[in-house]
Amino acid sequence: MLRRALRLGLGRGPLSRGLGTHRGGSTLDQNGKLSEIKKKIQSVLPGGAWNPLYNTSHLPPEHSDVVIVGGGVIGLSVAYWLKRLEKPRGAIRVLVVERDHTYSRASTVLSVGGIRQQFSVPENIQLSLFSIEFLRNINEYLAVVDDPPLDIQFNPAGYLLLASEKGAAVMESNVKVQRQEGAKVCLMSPEQLRNKFPWINTEGVALASYGMEHEGWFDPWCLLQGLRRKVQSMGVLFCHGEVTRFVSSSSHAETTSGEEVTLKRIHEVHVKIDRSLEYQPVECAIVINAAGAWSGQIAELAGVGKGPPGTLQGTKLPVELRKRYVYFWNCPQGPGLETPFVIDASGAYFRREGLGNNYLGGCSPTEEEEPDPGNLEVDHDFFQDKVWPPLAQRVPAFETLKVRNAWAGYYDYNTFDQNGVVGPHPLVVNMYFATGFSGHGLQQAPAVGRAVAEMVLDGHFQTINLSPFLFNRFYLGVKVQEHNII
Amino acid sequence: MWGCLGQHFKVRSLVRTASLVRNFFLLKSNFNSAHKSPATAPLPERLHLVTPVWNLSTRGIRGLSRAVGPEGSQKKGRSLLQFLADRFYDVQALREYLLRKQVLTVHQKNRPFTYIQERFGPHVAGVYFILKQGGAVKFQGKEWIRSNARGHFPLDFMTFQAVPVEAVDASGCAINYQGLDSVLALKELQSLWLQRCPHVDDWCLSRLHPLANSLQELSLAGCPRISERGLACLHHLQNLRKLDISDLPAVSNPGLTQILVEEMLPNCEVLGADWARGLKSGPEEQSRDTASPIPA
Repeated sequence: MLRRALRLGLGRGPLSRGLGTHRGGSTLDQNGKLSEIKKKIQSVLPGGAWNPLYNTSHLPPEHSDVVIVGGGVIGLSVAYWLKRLEKPRGAIRVLVVERDHTYSRASTVLSVGGIRQQFSVPENIQLSLFSIEFLRNINEYLAVVDDPPLDIQFNPAGYLLLASEKGAAVMESNVKVQRQEGAKVCLMSPEQLRNKFPWINTEGVALASYGMEHEGWFDPWCLLQGLRRKVQSMGVLFCHGEVTRFVSSSSHAETTSGEEVTLKRIHEVHVKIDRSLEYQPVECAIVINAAGAWSGQIAELAGVGKGPPGTLQGTKLPVELRKRYVYFWNCPQGPGLETPFVIDASGAYFRREGLGNNYLGGCSPTEEEEPDPGNLEVDHDFFQDKVWPPLAQRVPAFETLKVRNAWAGYYDYNTFDQNGVVGPHPLVVNMYFATGFSGHGLQQAPAVGRAVAEMVLDGHFQTINLSPFLFNRFYLGVKVQEHNII
Repeated sequence: MWGCLGQHFKVRSLVRTASLVRNFFLLKSNFNSAHKSPATAPLPERLHLVTPVWNLSTRGIRGLSRAVGPEGSQKKGRSLLQFLADRFYDVQALREYLLRKQVLTVHQKNRPFTYIQERFGPHVAGVYFILKQGGAVKFQGKEWIRSNARGHFPLDFMTFQAVPVEAVDASGCAINYQGLDSVLALKELQSLWLQRCPHVDDWCLSRLHPLANSLQELSLAGCPRISERGLACLHHLQNLRKLDISDLPAVSNPGLTQILVEEMLPNCEVLGADWARGLKSGPEEQSRDTASPIPA
């Protein structure tokens, strides 16, 4: 009560405390203390601004062990695994801060919902294999007593990646890596492709890789709601607000080579309540940045990248917003029930949706034609110019189609190497990242959640080794380039 | 559940149980109960439930179930359990354990017989697995081998190492995704019957593609978890000649699904929903429709 009154009345932040003296140290001068006491007494007397009986049920708690910034599928997955792997039960208090409780702009729900193992980086394949096993047994993992079982509407139709002459060798080596990790992928020649899928025009296709099992698409909203329900039943607290500030303290240390580094530790997260001016400072031990497309902004708030460029202090988190369009069309003569998720060599992709010959598809624009990510408006000319021609060339039945709907969503695009960033920051020691997946975050979410929870609880990765995905690689310049990005 | 509690604690009246419960069980704070999922019953309903319970005299725990009708007692029993589970950690843990136990029994039934697999080969292990589940197996040129009412079956199939298995009847068995490992070991299988299996779902269907060369007959009638999304992966089975997809409650549009499956598998005879069932008959044509059902 006293501390809250002081904060509401004064609210000067860390300046009154000084470096390293977080817990109200004894370095304040007597005059300063006296004036504080005077101000407090003035506010208590009638006419002052202090209201002792103040309903704070809409505010997050004042203390929380872990604060997860971002309540999408990755943030909720981290919360789930933290609560599941913690010892003893109920040891850790977790708070999930999400500023949009309708998820109207979240990448999770606007995603096309595919899951595949056809990646080139072995860690990505392992993450996806773990996630598909999670989805298959989702009713064992996310079971809540007395609530109905989840039906994520999984379509096990598989992915079909097509490669031209140029990409055929890369595709063969990728399939070899995928098979080694345990994915069930087979290579097909153009004749085999024509036999299996008569609606494909194999002109320009040299090789195709087809995933037979563990690949397909599902309903991401159902996964999100299932995670949310389970995580609430495990005791995770939710807050509908926005993170506006991090209060941290720094300490200096010297490396073995004699360089001085500044290590930062976040002590408080200021959560501003939606449509209001009030904020709540949440004292925390660990912050997890799972803010998706907006992780770059959160990282900047925490002081990541504030330094001369080329140094570790000056290395920013290279995750930015990129807008991607998804179009929904109907084609009565289109491919049948067995259609997999087809990704053409040109980058255009499509998949079936439901029983009524409806299809979803799109294409990633090149670097020069990136649309402005300021809003989620759809550009229909993009479909006419860039998506329809390659698809119509590949599937002749698509020459007559009718676009029914379209929407846009954000990729949390990692401009460095289009792969996720997982693990702690070397300098801001208690901020962990779980972001930057550039379009394949949904399919890796359960596994990434487990990896981050293991990192937080044990200090190292246990089930899947994601050390190639640590933040250090941005400073060291080591790219973990993923070739199969759509 | 009340019966076993009675055996464990041996108390007669519910009033005495309540006071024991207050001292014995761990009471949950109100803070946690505020974060329960919204799907639980609202508070006024639970309060109504409590008053008649307290008004019972020394009837006993077993007497509680005799007080109301059978399905009423089940529903009231579950709400009472939910009421207790919201307030006591131990009851919640018990309920979660009971839920988990249901899942574990299915896993236990589908465990692989690794010793038999190592000693006699995957072929024999697969046959043993199916017979153990309560199914039946037919070797080429031999009769159906089935387990009797007590679960015993003749073991002379262990010597049939080289004889291919022609047909497997796993109707009604608790076979699931993991259990299909054993079925997939039988490479020359021609006929697979999975009628009314409660745990066979879309994921299991996506696993059937290794049998594409030999499988000619597949029956999925009455499986509650199969939907049209799983049926899409049957297009790998190009040698299929007979497919039974009737009575699948999870398929959203049976008539349309059957048409799409027939287009997907042109050489296969698909037994399933009557396509006229999905159409709404006009009032004057009603008698004609029921008189001549259109063959599938």
